[in-house]
Formats: sequence, structure tokens, C-alpha cells
Amino acid sequence: MAEVVFFIAAIGAIAGAGGTVVLRNPFYSVLALVAHLLCLAALFLLLRAEFVAAAQVVVYAGAIMVLYVFVSAYVGRVDHSVGPNPGPGLHWTAWAFAGALMVELCIAVLGSGLTVLDTEGTGFFPGFGSPAELGKLLLTRYLLAFEIASFLLLVAAVGSVILARRREGLEPAGTVSVTDLFSTTDRTGTIDEHEAGAQLESGGSPKR
Amino acid sequence: MSTTWYLLVSAVVFCIGAGGILVRRSPLVILLCLELMLNAANLALVAFSRANGNQDGQIFAVIVMVVAACEVAVGLGLIVAIYRRKLPVDVDELRELQG
Repeated sequence: MAEVVFFIAAIGAIAGAGGTVVLRNPFYSVLALVAHLLCLAALFLLLRAEFVAAAQVVVYAGAIMVLYVFVSAYVGRVDHSVGPNPGPGLHWTAWAFAGALMVELCIAVLGSGLTVLDTEGTGFFPGFGSPAELGKLLLTRYLLAFEIASFLLLVAAVGSVILARRREGLEPAGTVSVTDLFSTTDRTGTIDEHEAGAQLESGGSPKR
Repeated sequence: MSTTWYLLVSAVVFCIGAGGILVRRSPLVILLCLELMLNAANLALVAFSRANGNQDGQIFAVIVMVVAACEVAVGLGLIVAIYRRKLPVDVDELRELQG
């Protein structure tokens, strides 16, 4: 039974990965990646990682992929070739490099002398991989990593808001510069005091 | 199922992701391929965690997910900023850095 589920999920995961790379429309690529993530969650369940599987479905397939769908809908189809095509030679060289990497990894996995790899794995205790067990570990032994991860999330959220915020009438189109990420000056010109007061009350400039 | 099978799946997915990063030109798809590689690493981590009967690998996988979420937030913010500037959304065109 486990074998059947494994092969279905593994084939689904590899097919989803291939679809992500091969499909021309970025929107379909995102959908293929969602299928890949769901199959990977099934593999995690087979490996007794319940919490990781649940987080995979909720965080990845739920939240992050929604972000991707929104951005791909906003940007639209961008995969048409803008510049000159580098040609098929470079394309096949890239795939040759990836194939070489895979051969190397397969040699490393299959040729390793680790006998534990050929077994199902050592025993696991009841509750292995459950949220309670992982929560205990996260809040005791890995507390520092947990806190650093939370701080990293905060920094990334603030940074992405600053990067993607709407700026009013600056820049000649064609450059992105670091300096205007930090520029907070209002470029809306002069506003009289009455209007400024009204904006303060309403929570900021309406043009931002 | 022995751990080797999971590691082979992980290796295949990782190489598909690496090839995708080299081949595709849209930054959005390159970010998706990066997700593929991170997920392949996650699968290997969880497989080793199961093989050793030790949950540390699963903690590592959760932290990798957090880092992936941060990378997605910043990367998609950059793509939106590039699109708003009416720059070409193509990594071959965006090769000049200017501070």
C-alpha cells in the first residue's frame, strides 16, 4: 500500500516539477507547482512528518502560491522573448549541466556505503513528527533559530512592502535605483496647510 | 520504501529546478524553479530525519520553509517594482546594476 502511494506521489511530484519548467505560460507553471507541492505533502506524510506536510499544504500551496498567482496575473504573460534569443546551443548546454548534476547526485546516493539508506529507517516513537513534538523542540532546543526566523520574516515583509509600494510620478522609466527606495519625500508638490491637516487626519496622503 | 527512493526523487526534482533556472528567462518562473530546489532539499531532509528516527531534520525543513517564504516576498516585490518601472521582465535584459 505504501509503495503504491509512494509511486503515485513521486510521479506526481516529478511531473509537476517538469510542468513548472516546461510550460510557457507562467500561470500554468504556478498551477503545476501547486500540484507538485501537494504530491510532496503526500510524500511527507509517508515519511511520518505530519506537521511538515500540513505546513506544506497551508503555507506553501495555500499562502505563497496565492501570492504567485496574484503577481503572475498582475504582470501578465511576460515570457515572450524580448531580446535576441541566445540560441538552442546554450539551452542544451544548460540541460546538459543539469543532467550531469543528476548523474553525480545519483552516484552519490546509490554508491554511498550507508546501510541505513537501504532500510525503511530506524524505529520511530508514537507522536513522531506531530505538532506537539516539533513544538517542544522548536521552543526549547531550537529557540534561537525560531526567533531568528521570525525576525527574518518581519524584515522580509517590511522590505517587500517598501520595494513594491506605489510611488507617485518619479523616475524616468528605465532605471531602478536603490536611493529612491529610501526616499520618503513627497513628490506631490506643495500642498497648503489646510489640505495637509485633512490628510493627516485621514491617515496620510491619498496619492500614495 | 527505503530511504534511497526518496533521495532519488529529491535529486530528480532538484535537477529539474536547476535546469529550469538556467533555461527560463522570466524572473517569475525562475523564482518558481528556486522553490522546486528548496522543496527537493526539504524532501531529502525529511527523508533523513525518518531514516535516523530523529526529528531535527523536520525542524530544519520548517525553517527552510520560512526562508523560502521570505525569499518569495522579496522576489515578488522586486518583480512588481520592475514591472512598474516599465522595465522588461526578462533576466537577460536586466543585466546592469546601478546603485
